Amino acid sequence: MNPMKNIVLLAALAGALGLSACGKKAETPATGAAPTAGGDTLVVKLGHAAPLTGPQAHLGKDNESGVRLAVDDLNAKGFEIGGRKVRFELLSEDDQADPRVATTVAKKFVDDGVNAIIGHLNSGTTIPASRIYHDAGIVEVSPSATNPKYTQQGYANAFRVMANDVQQGKVLGEFAVQDMGAKKIAIIDDRSAYGQGLADEFEKAVMASGGKVVVREYTNDKASDFTAILTKIKGVGPDLLFYGGMDGQGAPMTRQMKTLGLKAQFLGGDGVHTAEFMKLAGPAAEGATASLPGVPLEVMPKGPQFKQRFEAKYGTIQLYAPYCYDAVMVVAEAMQRAGSIDPAKYLPEMAKTRHEGVTASIGFDDKGDLSNGAITVYRVENGDWKVLKTIGGPAAAPAPTP
Amino acid sequence: MDILVQQLINGLILGSIYALIALGYTMVYGILGLINFAHGEIVMIGAMVTITCLNLLIGSGVELPGLLLVGLSLLMAIPACALLGFTIERVAYRPLRNAPRLAPLITAIGVSIVLQNLAMMIWGRQYVAFPSILPAEPHQVLGASITSLQILIVVLAAAMMAGLMLLVHRTRLGRAMRATSQSPQVASLMGVNVNHVISMTFILGSCLGSVAGVMVSANYGQAHAYMGFLLGLKAFSAAVLGGIGNLGGAVVGGLLLGIIESLGAGYIGDFTGGFLGSQYQDVFAFMVLILVLVFRPSGLMGERVAERP
Repeated sequence: MNPMKNIVLLAALAGALGLSACGKKAETPATGAAPTAGGDTLVVKLGHAAPLTGPQAHLGKDNESGVRLAVDDLNAKGFEIGGRKVRFELLSEDDQADPRVATTVAKKFVDDGVNAIIGHLNSGTTIPASRIYHDAGIVEVSPSATNPKYTQQGYANAFRVMANDVQQGKVLGEFAVQDMGAKKIAIIDDRSAYGQGLADEFEKAVMASGGKVVVREYTNDKASDFTAILTKIKGVGPDLLFYGGMDGQGAPMTRQMKTLGLKAQFLGGDGVHTAEFMKLAGPAAEGATASLPGVPLEVMPKGPQFKQRFEAKYGTIQLYAPYCYDAVMVVAEAMQRAGSIDPAKYLPEMAKTRHEGVTASIGFDDKGDLSNGAITVYRVENGDWKVLKTIGGPAAAPAPTP
Repeated sequence: MDILVQQLINGLILGSIYALIALGYTMVYGILGLINFAHGEIVMIGAMVTITCLNLLIGSGVELPGLLLVGLSLLMAIPACALLGFTIERVAYRPLRNAPRLAPLITAIGVSIVLQNLAMMIWGRQYVAFPSILPAEPHQVLGASITSLQILIVVLAAAMMAGLMLLVHRTRLGRAMRATSQSPQVASLMGVNVNHVISMTFILGSCLGSVAGVMVSANYGQAHAYMGFLLGLKAFSAAVLGGIGNLGGAVVGGLLLGIIESLGAGYIGDFTGGFLGSQYQDVFAFMVLILVLVFRPSGLMGERVAERP
C-alpha cells in the first residue's frame, strides 16, 4: 500500500507544481486581457470520491468519468443558477475503498468548501464519510452504495440514486420462490457487511413469500474451498442455493457445486454479477442467476444514447457511470430550482426531485432512497449475462422509446 | 453415510495439499531452525507462472490434451520457483545465518511482503482464472463424488512425499541433510558442504511448493496474489501439529488438518445443536491444534525435535 501512496503523492505533487507554473504564466497576460471567466460566473465545486487505486480502481475511474461527462455537459450548455452563469468544477479524490481514508477525504472536501458530494462508491466508505458531510451540512448523493444503513441514519442530506440492499434482497427472495419455483433454499454468506446484510434480507423475503430456508452456512471473503459446507448442504437437498458475497468466492463455489453433484440452482446478488465471474467459473457459470440494482442500460430511458456518448470519450461502461451522471444532474437541477448553490438553501429542493434521468425517473422517499428503485435479474447463458426480468421501477413499463 | 465419505474425501484432498506445503516449512525448520514465511508466496508464484505459461501455450494455438499442457507449464514453473527459493536463501537468510534467531524471521516476513507486492504488480490485483482445460466430470466412489483431477492431486502428492522420504533416507544428499539438521558444525567437519545442503533444501521445498500451488489453482480454478498467505498459515500450522522439523509429521499434520477442517465445517453445527455454525470451522481446526500442543508440546511426531539441544 505504502509505495502506491507515495506514487500517488508524488504524482499529485508534480501535478500541483505543473499547475502553479501554468498559473504564473497565465497571470501576466490575463491582467491586460478581458476578464473572461471572472466577474458574474459562479463556480460550483463538486466533490467526487471513489477508489481510484487498488482492486476496484476500474469501477472508481468509471464513476469519475460519469461525473466528468455530466460536468462537461453542464458547462457546455451554459447552465444558469439564479440568473447567473455557473461553471462546475470537479474535485476528485481517491478513497482507496478504505473507510479510514474515506473520512480523511471527506474532511478535505469540507475544508475545500465543496457545494455537493457525488460518492462514495462503496457502502463501507460512504457510511462513515456521510457523518462528516452531515455535520458540515453538505448534500451527498451516492451513485452506488447499496447498504441500507447509509440512509437510515436520519441524515436529511444523504441521498442515493440506486436501489438499496433491502430492496434487492426482497426482490431476490421473492424471485427465488415465485419465479424460480424454489421450495427448499440454502443460504451462504461471506460475513461481510454487504454479504451478510443481503443474505438477511433475502432470508426474510423467502419466508414472507412462503419458501423455506433449510440451511444457512457461512464462509469468508478470502476463502476458496467450500466443499465441506457444500457437502453438508447437499445432504439437506435444497433446490436453490443463495450466496451473499463477491465473485471471487461465488465462482469457485459454482465449480465445486458441479463437482460434488449438488444440483441446486445458484443465485447471487450484484457482487457476483461481473464479467470476472464467467472467467473464473468457466463452464460452471452456465445457468447461474444474479441481480443488479437498476435496469439494463439498453432499456434505460436515455441509455443507448448515453452509452454512445460515454464510450466515445471514456471507453466501455463498467457499472455505475450512468448513475453518477444522473446524480450530478439531480444536484444541478435542485440548485437551479432553489436559485442557490448553498447546500442549506437547495437541500429542500433535493427532496422534491423529479428528474427524468438516464437510468430512471428519479425521485426520493423521505429517507433519501430512490423511490420505486428497479432491480434486474440476469442469468448466464452461453457465457454472457442475459436479462431475465426487471422488477419495480418505471423502466419495467413498456418498450423504450428513442 | 455417503456424506461422511464425501467429507473425508474433501478433507483428504485439502490435506494432501497442506501436507505438500507443510513439507517445505518443516524441511527448512529441521535444518536451519528458521520458519520460512516466504514459502506461501512461492506456492502462489508457482500457480501464477503456470497459469501464465498455460495462457501463452493456449494463445499460441498449441493443441494438446489439457494435462500435457499443465505438465509443460510445470516444467517452467518448477525451475522458476526453485530459482526463487535458492535466491531468497542467498539474499535474505544466508547473510543472517549467525545473527540472532529473530533477525531472519523478520527478513522472512519482509521477503513474503515483497513477493506479494511483486506478484500484484505483475499479475494484477484481480483473481486470475486457471484455464478450464482439465476434465471436471465427477466419478462416484461409495456414494461420494471426486474428479479425475482430485484423484491425480492425491496420488501425485503421495508420490512426491514418498519420493522425498526416499531422497532423505536413502541418498548421499539425504544423509548430508540429516547430518546438517543434527549439527551444522559437526557436519561441516565431516566434509559436508553445509551451504550446498541448505541451498538444496530450499530448492526441494520450493519445487514441492510450486506443484502444490498448481494443484490449488487447478482445483479451485483461480489464483490470487494473496493466496499464499492463508495457505502458508494453514500449512505451517499443519507442520507444527505434526511436529515441526519432522517430515512424517508434516504429512500426518497436513492430512489431519484437512480432515478436521472438513469434518468441523460439516458437523460442528450438529455437535453443538446449532449453537456454533460453519463460520467456526477455522476456530475448530485451531482448537484441535492448541489441544494437541498442550498435551504434546513438540507436536504429534516431534520427539526428535524435542531432543535437539
